[in-house]
Amino acid sequence: MIDLARYQDPLTIQRVLLNASTVAIVGLSSNELRASNFVGYYLKRHGYRVYPVNPHETDVFGEPSYPSLSHVPVPVDIVDVFRTPDALPAIARETVAIHAGALWCQFGVINEEAAQIAEEAGVTVIMDRCLKVEHARYVGRMHWLGFNTERITSVRSGIQ
Amino acid sequence: MTADRGVPEPARTFGFETRQLHAGQRPDPNTGARAVPIFQTTSYVFEDPESAGAYFNLQEYGNTYSRIMNPTVAVFEERIANLEGGAGGVAFASGIAAQAAALFTMLEPGDHVVSSAALYGGSVNQFKHLLRKMNVELTWVDPDEPDAWRQAVRPNTKVFFCETIGNPAGNVLDIETVASIAHDHAVPLIVDNTFATPYLCRPIEWGADIVIHSATKFIGGHGTSIGGVVVEAGTFNWSNGRFPVVANPSPAYHGLQFHETFGTYGYLMKLRAETLRDLGGALAPLNAFLFLQGVETLSLRMQCHVENALAVATFLESHEMASNVTYPGLPESKYRPLVEKYLPLGAGAVFSFECAGGREGGQDLIRNVTLWSHLANVGDAKSLIIHPASTTHRQLSDAELEAAGVRPGTIRLSVGTESVDDLTWDLEQAFARGR
Repeated sequence: MIDLARYQDPLTIQRVLLNASTVAIVGLSSNELRASNFVGYYLKRHGYRVYPVNPHETDVFGEPSYPSLSHVPVPVDIVDVFRTPDALPAIARETVAIHAGALWCQFGVINEEAAQIAEEAGVTVIMDRCLKVEHARYVGRMHWLGFNTERITSVRSGIQ
Repeated sequence: MTADRGVPEPARTFGFETRQLHAGQRPDPNTGARAVPIFQTTSYVFEDPESAGAYFNLQEYGNTYSRIMNPTVAVFEERIANLEGGAGGVAFASGIAAQAAALFTMLEPGDHVVSSAALYGGSVNQFKHLLRKMNVELTWVDPDEPDAWRQAVRPNTKVFFCETIGNPAGNVLDIETVASIAHDHAVPLIVDNTFATPYLCRPIEWGADIVIHSATKFIGGHGTSIGGVVVEAGTFNWSNGRFPVVANPSPAYHGLQFHETFGTYGYLMKLRAETLRDLGGALAPLNAFLFLQGVETLSLRMQCHVENALAVATFLESHEMASNVTYPGLPESKYRPLVEKYLPLGAGAVFSFECAGGREGGQDLIRNVTLWSHLANVGDAKSLIIHPASTTHRQLSDAELEAAGVRPGTIRLSVGTESVDDLTWDLEQAFARGR
């Protein structure tokens, strides 16, 4: 049984969010009703440069869609995955090959082998967490819709 | 728009008393206001047309209109969600509105609800009449009998409903057992946790999927405001095939599949973006502020409420004019094992007893008290007294009254935080005058 808490540490999540500027989204759909589209749109709004990786799309949000991670023309800070868990080990190997900083696996995208591949190569792994939700929790406005951010702080900063 | 590049916050599991003061609120970034500002506004200026579109499409968390969200109300919602251990909360103009919305979000005509028969009279009315108007079937069960829950399930059953501590008979729900029966049948368990508050019991920790509060009661705590809130755990699988109304593309939101798209937050998103939008029972920001003032002292008040309740129940138990004292916190209560498991800090502060002399005896007692307030509410810091058969449970049939534990001489007490000797003194002098 995989120990998911190991891949959901709040400080690691914040560090990944705050230090990234490029995000390659594997499985990004151009369909506005898909979760991947919600996340990609949100990240773009919040200043991240989003690179679609999906051989079944030509472009998403006006960006060309790349057939695989190795085709992305810039250094990638976060590889964000919306794929079946079985596809994850191959994606983890590509993530290592392109020297990306973090492998972020969305809700339900859980695969222990993939986590080991990435970790052993020094890539930070976040698993079974949503990149949009975590961004909204720490630097966004998730609170505005009554969601439990679990944040407790007396520090005056950011958006309330 | 660029991200706020702040300093990472250390991870810590904060205590209940810390969270009842801080959860859901950080100092206002514009003004530094430490208290929660009352955002008395109907609407919010959009930054640009793209942002407005993103808010309405739910692509971005944004304020649009105070029927659907409000920054003061949001603090209250997050605070209760945090205290209950849920994924989030949606507040409503009353507990009854919260309950209707929680059900409407998951039900369709032809569905079936299984509910405890020992509920607040207002809930009985809502289920019996409003659900029938919606063509939803209903089965009442004895909440104390696990088999009754099991046997009531039909192919079209969509939800189990119960109160943590029944009003007014003091039944204590075996939450873990009933939740597991619900989950065996792929339906969620809704628990009305009004009488326990998250300080005394957190049903989600025992398997409940949705918690409802009438915040009017102990959460507000001072009898100033009407309101309610729905908290969802975020763990129920709404895509299990039983809930097309939650899982399928929504015609009321341009084909959005709430559970697939928002996962953990799917039900709550639908509850807010569709049900609250369409039913319209939004909580006023001023009332949310007053509830927040109450929540800041929730643990302190509840400690005093349960201490006084036990003392008053013990006094009545040995009194010749009182019988059948239903306080589940009494040592010989049949709910004792359940109280020890689910309510270790105290069994709430609302219970009933049977007054000697039946209906007349009960009414005489109420006529003669001078400190207990005769009114139709519970959970005020002040002690309250009422005769359910002629008031809160008046619309119920004799059989329903029996099922709810209400007899002609039943008196319901909500024990407040006054000096406890004054509370027993007042009951004693009222009994004496009625003799």
